Amino acid sequence: MKPREIDLSTTPTDEDIAALKLGDVVYLNGLLYTAREGVYMRALEKQANIPMELPSQSAANFHCSPAARVNDDGTFDMGAVTATASFRFAKWLPEWMQKTGAKLIIGKGGMTSKDYKSYFVPNGAIYLSTVGYGTGALLGRGIEKVEAVHWVDELGLAQAMWVIKCNRMGPFIVASDLNGDCLFERENEKIAQNIERVYEGTRPATLKRYGETDDRSDEVI
Amino acid sequence: MISIEKIEETALTLMDKAAIEIPQDYLDGLKAAASTEDGDLSSFVLQAMLENYEAAKEDRRAMCGDTGVPRWFVKMGNETQIEGGPIALEAALRRATAKATNGVPLRPNRVHPLWRTDHNNNVGIGAPEIEYGYEPGGEWIDLITVHKGGLFGSDYRMLFPSDGIEGIKRFYLDSLMAFGKRGLACQPAIIGIGLGGSKDICMTLGKRASVLRTVGSRNSDPKIAEMEDEFKELGNSIGMGAMGFVGKSMVVDCNIEVGYCHTGGMPMSVHAFCLSSRRAVARIHSDGTVEHRTDPDWFTDYQRRDTVEWNPVREAAE
Repeated sequence: MKPREIDLSTTPTDEDIAALKLGDVVYLNGLLYTAREGVYMRALEKQANIPMELPSQSAANFHCSPAARVNDDGTFDMGAVTATASFRFAKWLPEWMQKTGAKLIIGKGGMTSKDYKSYFVPNGAIYLSTVGYGTGALLGRGIEKVEAVHWVDELGLAQAMWVIKCNRMGPFIVASDLNGDCLFERENEKIAQNIERVYEGTRPATLKRYGETDDRSDEVI
Repeated sequence: MISIEKIEETALTLMDKAAIEIPQDYLDGLKAAASTEDGDLSSFVLQAMLENYEAAKEDRRAMCGDTGVPRWFVKMGNETQIEGGPIALEAALRRATAKATNGVPLRPNRVHPLWRTDHNNNVGIGAPEIEYGYEPGGEWIDLITVHKGGLFGSDYRMLFPSDGIEGIKRFYLDSLMAFGKRGLACQPAIIGIGLGGSKDICMTLGKRASVLRTVGSRNSDPKIAEMEDEFKELGNSIGMGAMGFVGKSMVVDCNIEVGYCHTGGMPMSVHAFCLSSRRAVARIHSDGTVEHRTDPDWFTDYQRRDTVEWNPVREAAE
């Protein structure tokens, strides 16, 4: 069965978001911005003024560093874009969402259902996962224009806040919904049913290490 | 004598090729996986990846936004001389890395671990890494660039002789499970396993098994080659596919490399070379001709030698 394909604005309405189901494939139109640890630390911990009108300009936060350059004349070239793993940003996301009204968090690997239920759902937000991972060239084709890049001097090219105009950028997969359900956890539960059989005839580590789990149904994030 | 200008020019081309063109052996392996995958979401992901490789080549843009951490493996024939010597060689490879970062463009991934300083060119302390190998005879240099991506998928465990193959299988599965969930390892991947050496060499062996061997290659030891087949099958029987969705494509291939270790231990490492298995290779001959290929052909009989002296004539006679 092929997944359902949906075109979505980066400033979506509540109804748009409510209509999304786990596993739907989404293409984005409008402005999105990149923000990861560098931007979060600067905006939230150092209280720097965010150089965009949020969420009116964009409610879509991409956990991404692009493969890009700033040309001598001040224009930009962006080749490929791919997400980075989002679970490391859970520390800042609740405050970021409150401050910016972000409704679409786009990244790699998703968050836990606990994250979704505790602060995504109350903020009317959902998670979109990139596909692959690494459909960098396909996503690059969805860039109509690089509108701006903020904080390059302070954060470097990889951590800067890039503002991208998207024209049917995708594919992305809906990985959480307004119930706070998590696509990856659903899949992990299905896979866990088979694990005992696969592990038959193997032997646990003789030497244990602190901080490890030996329960394969545990989430790793 | 190999000209330094030719080295830098070739290195620049290799940086571009590695970032943009998926190697044919990996592409064939992924197409085979896609043809048998029956998980709905996993199938969708594999098809999207196949389209992505085409888009990258058509547009001459990097296949993945995370363009990895560029590094170099250099191999030389015993008679090779380089204009300006090894210092000039290393400078040329650093220049090519910096230029390509701005040229392709690549993501400037390399930062200082503590101060997060980013030179925006993928060059810094110890970056790019340059590792060397030598072969008996010949006057040529192989430049191999690998842009391995990702923070996830590599791990190490000290096993013991008593753990045997059962312990090896356990750690292999543990690594695939841990990093396969949510697709953190960006599978299906070329899984490299290092067995033996000391801890650092064990990691190096596993890394090289994943990035310096091709899909479909087999270890020259027939029993290890059998293990490679068995482990590929085992990894694909977990029930996990691309992005950690239900499926059966986890391992495009499994390559194992070994090195002699301490008599009391059996160290093991696991590495995953991801959906963007970026590598490119060229041989420069002393007459200035350049041959491009995608197989590093690193693990020759000489690299795997286990005798004191290297005597190919005697080896061949035995």
